[in-house]
Amino acid sequence: MESAAPASADTVSGVGVRIEKVDLPGIGTRHDIVTEDGRRIGIVSHRTGERELAVFDDVDPDACRERVSLSEDEALALADVLGASVMLGQLAGIREQAAGLFTEQLLLPASSPFVGGRLGDTKARTLTGTSIVAIVRDSEVVPSPTPQTELRAGDTLIVVGTRPALETLARLLADGTLPS
Amino acid sequence: MHGTTLLLIEVGALLLALGLLSRVADRFGFSPIPLFLIIGLLIGEGGMIPLEESGEFFAIGSEIGVILLLLMLGLEYTATELVQSLRRSRRAGLVDALLNAVPGAAMALILGWGPVAAVALAGITWISSSGVIAKVLRDLGRLSNRETPTILSILVIEDLAMAFYLPVLSALVIGAGLLAGATALVIAVLVALLILYLALRHGRIVSALFSPHHAESLVLGVLGLTMLVAGIAQQVNVSAAVGAFLVGIAISGQVARSAEIVLSPLRDLFAAVFFVFFGIATDPADIVPVLVPAIILAIVTMATKVATGWIAARRAGIALPGRWRAGLTLTPRGEFSIVIAGLAVAAGLQPQLAPLATAYVLITIIAGSILARVPDTDWFKQRMLARRLPARPTAPAPAG
Repeated sequence: MESAAPASADTVSGVGVRIEKVDLPGIGTRHDIVTEDGRRIGIVSHRTGERELAVFDDVDPDACRERVSLSEDEALALADVLGASVMLGQLAGIREQAAGLFTEQLLLPASSPFVGGRLGDTKARTLTGTSIVAIVRDSEVVPSPTPQTELRAGDTLIVVGTRPALETLARLLADGTLPS
Repeated sequence: MHGTTLLLIEVGALLLALGLLSRVADRFGFSPIPLFLIIGLLIGEGGMIPLEESGEFFAIGSEIGVILLLLMLGLEYTATELVQSLRRSRRAGLVDALLNAVPGAAMALILGWGPVAAVALAGITWISSSGVIAKVLRDLGRLSNRETPTILSILVIEDLAMAFYLPVLSALVIGAGLLAGATALVIAVLVALLILYLALRHGRIVSALFSPHHAESLVLGVLGLTMLVAGIAQQVNVSAAVGAFLVGIAISGQVARSAEIVLSPLRDLFAAVFFVFFGIATDPADIVPVLVPAIILAIVTMATKVATGWIAARRAGIALPGRWRAGLTLTPRGEFSIVIAGLAVAAGLQPQLAPLATAYVLITIIAGSILARVPDTDWFKQRMLARRLPARPTAPAPAG
């Protein structure tokens, strides 16, 4: 994964990863990913919406050792978790690459005027120049929240911005005012 | 009045017995088809329990059973899948046809049954049972395995080949001769290509007749259209079964998915009736003289099927254990072999074909279901390991 070329933010995913798609007539499709250390993971998508996650055997390369059936909701939840963890990894990358840019986790206090409102209400991007890239709620992660995403007490916002901008946002979230 | 009462009692008792047997078969992980055939043998013609009133019901029900079996098969595949499988696995399909049809034809000729019966028996030994095999793959958790697409595409090609094989056979068995057979083939090819073209380019037109959200109209409408087309196909000697298969392919998208769901209980009912009726029409006493040929044929063609799967999997870059899995899974013959035998016998061709097909299907399904499980045994895995591991230490041995 290390590359000599100046890395841009989105090199973390998609480099050298090959996904193979195979049709299963009458059943659905299977997608395969072979990892760097040679392990193969397959995902069977049934037409009925059911998914099957298969880990292939390393002795017999064509058989799977372990299979997990996932309902449509479970598959979605798993995709979310994977997507969010990949994104957090990318953020860590940004922190190293771009000097002066920081990632911070800000807790939305119950006393915040924005609790129960929508993310767009904070006008965070316009007012502070920061970018809210994910919201962690309980154990769930909402990646790339939209202005319509609801805010609740206890949400942790993952924010990218310069140090002063992040401080401004923390103040804004706490009591709805901007430091003058 | 008395007749109707007796009909209810006979059909009711039989269906109840089938239901219980199907549960037993499921418990042991086997297809219920052999049990249905055996029940059919026990009753009716030459069996222990004669049927008084329900013979006609089973005769008509079995016709509908064939149509529904083929319709569901057509619904299961999309036109795109058919075309892609044909493009990718032509060669595997050809090897499959050669290896498995030839022994059947040869056996018919050895038995002195003549060329038309040879064509029929070739079909009986050629086509694997997609129903049994799909269930085995699911039950043994092999859907995600890498050899599975190879198995499925062989099944798809066989099923598609039936669309051309059945019309030829129907023309041949009614004694219409080669010219009529060729005409039927040309018609079948043209109709099948037309349907495939329509399904690929204008699939929405046929599907637009039905709403996927209205179960009642979907059952009635799709079944009606299928029986209508099947009847017309029969009239022009293209075989009702092929008409039903093509309707299944022409219906696509959400309508096909919903039709599959609402029609599968009907298919289960009438397919069971079909297998029982085939058993009813066969006299168990006739099986004894054809038992030896059936066993020989089963052993030879199960071996050739294993070879077919093995070769196709190797071509697809599958390792040794996967090749064995592909080959062993493909061995059971089933619904199609019975459909072909039924077609031939109904037209008055070689009466011994029915008992032979019955015995043959019974043997291949039972043996095939056991064989498909062999690669999961510790014995098999150890054998495969033993073959792999010594290869490394022994390689440098000759040098030293």
